[in-house]
Amino acid sequence: MMDFFKFFGKDDNTSKDIAKERLKLVLIHDRANVSPKFLEMIKGDIIKVISNYMEIEEKGFDIRLSRIEKDDDTYASALIANIPIKKMKNIGKNNG
Amino acid sequence: MGEVIVITSGKGGVGKTTTTANIGTALALEGKKVVLVDADIGLRNLDIVLGLENRIVYDLVDVIEKTCRLKQALVRDKRFEGLYLLPAAQTRDKNAVSPEQMQQLCEELKQEFDYVLIDCPAGIEQGFKNAVAGADKAIIVTVPEVSAVRDADRIIGLLASSELPDPKLVINRVRTDMVKRGDMINIDDTLDILGIDLIGVVPDDEKIIVSSNRGEPVVAETSSPAGKAFRNIAKRILGENIPYHELEVEETFMERLRKLFSSRKSTRSL
Repeated sequence: MMDFFKFFGKDDNTSKDIAKERLKLVLIHDRANVSPKFLEMIKGDIIKVISNYMEIEEKGFDIRLSRIEKDDDTYASALIANIPIKKMKNIGKNNG
Repeated sequence: MGEVIVITSGKGGVGKTTTTANIGTALALEGKKVVLVDADIGLRNLDIVLGLENRIVYDLVDVIEKTCRLKQALVRDKRFEGLYLLPAAQTRDKNAVSPEQMQQLCEELKQEFDYVLIDCPAGIEQGFKNAVAGADKAIIVTVPEVSAVRDADRIIGLLASSELPDPKLVINRVRTDMVKRGDMINIDDTLDILGIDLIGVVPDDEKIIVSSNRGEPVVAETSSPAGKAFRNIAKRILGENIPYHELEVEETFMERLRKLFSSRKSTRSL
């Protein structure tokens, strides 16, 4: 069965690909000591705050823990968020 | 008042976590309220086998240290009514918990659940002692290999001295083709050596790996021989008299067919 699907190029959804994705994700969090659920909670809060000022594309919202290299060649954990903006709201401008 | 069953083996890699996940899911499918407790602190895995790794907020150590309430740490499996997970802490070690604390936790869980299944870590040290502390019954998982059977015997001895005298045996990853050739210890031999009662024989099944890849317990799959074996174990736990009959022998044809395909597949990918 598997081979049959491979033949038609339906490769994305093999269970080993799913396994690899799941492992990648879980290992990032294992290494950083932060649970994915916690990130979801942070994400929810960030969306709430930012939505007061701009319309964002929630689908493209990406938040993750990453390692960054510091000037002294050591590494630090960083919370990296990528938040696509659809439109600015007016509140910010008026108050500013 | 529920029952606490510890799933243990001594040796690592024989399928304790898979067995815990599948018996637990099968019991939930039978309409029972079940909690699976991952007692492998520092090396948690039950969450990823169950596909619940993204839903963890608190863990067992948080409950014991009273960082959160018990209910807050329980992860409800949305796919199976009545199934819950109490995850292990990943960043702590086995000494974060004492046998007395585990006993207390089990008492508390028994009030809420019909079955409390504890996934025991490999080994016979602190983690094992913690895992068995609150248990009423024990299931020992082994595979038909000399090293695993030997370790199972050691565990049977240790359980006898910790007031768990009548453990039941799951023989996992049995390959009927090899048993038939006389190249694998058979069920009778294993029971003869260990001298305890059987509760299940699980055939070697590729679907186990595929299902853990996906984070979906194999019992949910009706076509899987291992899934059927785990469902039978759950029924036996519930007191049903499920014969062992020729299930294992019946598998041979299918197994051969499968082996034929899988060997062709593996040579191709090489």
